[in-house]
Amino acid sequence: MPLLKNGSIVADDWIILGTDDPKPESGDIVLPYARLLKEWESLADHDGRLGVVFTNIDRAEALSLFLPRLAVIILPFPSFTDGRAYSLARQIREVGYARELRAAGNVLPDQVQFMLQVGFDSFEIGERFSADVWLKASRRMSLAYQRGLYRPGGQQEVWSERHREAEPWLEQPHAG
Amino acid sequence: MTTATEKGKILTANRLQDGEVVFLTHSGQWSENIDGAVLATEPQAQAALEARGKEQERVNVVTGVYLFDAERRDGHVFATHIKERIRSLGPTVRIDLGKQAEGKGGHFAALQGV
Amino acid sequence: MYRYDEFDRQFVHDRVAQFRDQANRRLTGELTEDEFRPLRLMNGLYLQLHAYMLRIAVPYGSLDSKKLDTLAFIAEKWDRGYGHFTTRQNLQFNWIKLEDTADILAKLAEVEMHAIQTSGNCIRNVTTDQWAGAAADELADPRPVGELVRQWSSLHPEFSYLPRKFKIAVTGAPNDRAAVKVHDIGLRLHLNDKGERGWEVLVGGGLGRTPVIGVTVRDFLPEHELIAYLEAIMRVYNLYGRRDNKYKARIKILVHELGPEKFRAEVEAEYARRPHADTKVEERELQRISVYFAPPKFEKLPRWSPGFEEARARNKDFAQWVRTNVAAHRVDGYSIVNISLKPEGGIPGDATADQMRTVADLGLRYSFDEIRVSHHQNLVLPHVKRDDLFAIWKVLAASGLAAANLGLAGDIIACPGLDYCTLATARSIPIAQSISRRFADLNRQHEIGPLRINISGCINACGHHHVGHIGILGLDKKGEEYYQITLGGSSSETASIGTILGPGFAGEDVPDAIEKIVNTYLAHRQPGEEFLAAYRRLGPQPFKEALYAAA
Repeated sequence: MPLLKNGSIVADDWIILGTDDPKPESGDIVLPYARLLKEWESLADHDGRLGVVFTNIDRAEALSLFLPRLAVIILPFPSFTDGRAYSLARQIREVGYARELRAAGNVLPDQVQFMLQVGFDSFEIGERFSADVWLKASRRMSLAYQRGLYRPGGQQEVWSERHREAEPWLEQPHAG
Repeated sequence: MTTATEKGKILTANRLQDGEVVFLTHSGQWSENIDGAVLATEPQAQAALEARGKEQERVNVVTGVYLFDAERRDGHVFATHIKERIRSLGPTVRIDLGKQAEGKGGHFAALQGV
Repeated sequence: MYRYDEFDRQFVHDRVAQFRDQANRRLTGELTEDEFRPLRLMNGLYLQLHAYMLRIAVPYGSLDSKKLDTLAFIAEKWDRGYGHFTTRQNLQFNWIKLEDTADILAKLAEVEMHAIQTSGNCIRNVTTDQWAGAAADELADPRPVGELVRQWSSLHPEFSYLPRKFKIAVTGAPNDRAAVKVHDIGLRLHLNDKGERGWEVLVGGGLGRTPVIGVTVRDFLPEHELIAYLEAIMRVYNLYGRRDNKYKARIKILVHELGPEKFRAEVEAEYARRPHADTKVEERELQRISVYFAPPKFEKLPRWSPGFEEARARNKDFAQWVRTNVAAHRVDGYSIVNISLKPEGGIPGDATADQMRTVADLGLRYSFDEIRVSHHQNLVLPHVKRDDLFAIWKVLAASGLAAANLGLAGDIIACPGLDYCTLATARSIPIAQSISRRFADLNRQHEIGPLRINISGCINACGHHHVGHIGILGLDKKGEEYYQITLGGSSSETASIGTILGPGFAGEDVPDAIEKIVNTYLAHRQPGEEFLAAYRRLGPQPFKEALYAAA
């Protein structure tokens, strides 16, 4: 599945495992969350990076134990109208996770700027749209009123800009 | 001489570009006037209408396609339920607006008040 | 009145360009209807019974003459010369084309307006007291917070794909004219003993299929914490609100299913868990916004206006209009003018382009260029000198805008209903018209006193029938329209949901039914007792008997 990452389309170099797929000896592997929970101990000396496909119905706090060892967290959009992963993404970033956070499922250009703003930095995108369409969509709005978000393409925070002079730039934690 | 009432279904949609309410005709085109609509009395014919409507949605001519109950009396088609009667005519409270005011309201006399 | 700065202007400009691009991609088929629908809804564009409908945001119900003139312009250029003011202080146009919408949004942007998030599963227009800044009982003007919340909620990336729509209302007065208790989030201003401002936060109120009064989750939230606290509530809703059933997806269902205590605990836990950033920027922003809502330069006037008193003595119609439509202002010598959009037999809340321009001009000349929309589908000139009332009334009278029925039986609230709306199960406007004609006699309306009649054309309750003193719900029984009556609803600070009286009525029988209800009230009321108080004292029984006892 092609990925959108840093404005270009790249191949995915992770091995995505399902619940029953045999685990390779080595390599960068992504496991479903339930499986990660179950096999955590045996993964302690896995030769390669670890990632997880998280669910929409589990709590982000449940990941905290695993975060230091995870290099990619994949959050699902079963439908692009299911917005739970936007909150999960922010929560995961708020506790300090700084590596790859990926959006998978029904990911479309018109939502990608919102996804970037809450901290996603890679996207499973399929073949339907060119890189140009994705790039354009990810920069559509040059301003955001909310604070503490990531700011793709140099997007500005309106309230912070308005009060720059009165107050030196108050960097919000985990703002991109 | 009045003919017996024939019951069936008509397919309607909104034209994508301008939202105009339209009805599927016998030739698979769209009419702004319910008078031009084809009444499908058999389930197979109704399924065919729906298929044509969905195809027209796919090629972005119309949106919001659905079948509704209708009947033919004295050579003209009418919506059975008040919702589609209003849809084919215009608001009952503004008979100066909508299809009823533009000569596209079919043969049903304008509904008025309560 | 809030004025855009370069950032606000850039924001709506970007938004218009974004929508224009999305609409073009829809028309070429690059976007499917399923993909486009949420995007167009978040720009206020519905597909309705006759055409597309555009719902334009009127943030916290505030307009000026330029904005209202532009709405009139849009009505004439791109619609059929009229608009409909809604129960959420917005304006709807019923005959819009998709291909014109981006141009309409661009025109709106020229006068600092938009249609952002007036539909869709996102945070909707923030509504408030139509008398904000003018009412005698107000603690403080709620509109600055309304504007703060409007900005914060606009294109919020985390909260644009909620389980369902989300409505916030805010009031700055103890007499709640903003219906905060029946909103997803209601904010009520309080002052503590030190005179500091805090917000009572109510969550989970709502109408529709399952009407319910909101619960208080915080009694007194310090003002500077407001945005952070709202984020916590929204996050809990976004994560745990139901998404399996459209009819169980509002936050009121979540509050009910968790129970208020557990819901509050979730919100407080989330609020505590968040990194508490410095709120100085939010405080400064609120201060910056507040400057725009500073009181206008009122003249120092005596309370008594001889010109007004003389006109009132000489002109009976003017006197009658003053009695109902003119409300007390907090500044001596000024008044609040309420313009009824409910002429006898008319369509509630509709105004022609000419009428909009007339009101715009009056607002500019007589009300410091301020006009408000109330959620009762009327308009307001909030700051009018008593000296000017007669001149204003004459203009209103010449334009069909002087119905002297504010808050009386003729001041009916009705959704567009089956005449316009694909969701409706019955027509609502003809019912409003027939009741209006039945009770046309103003003397009779005064005899009855304050009476809120609300009509909804379906169970979605956009006419707010649950909170009408008399509520009427239009349903469908075997293909025929029929109407169920509820009594005793109220959207005030003593909010209540109306009780269903019994089986429904055919449309032509509704005026008789209302008349029987009114006569029952008149027969049983104590001296000076208004309808709602009488109902709360008597209960539904006498009314049921009047309606359903064998003839």
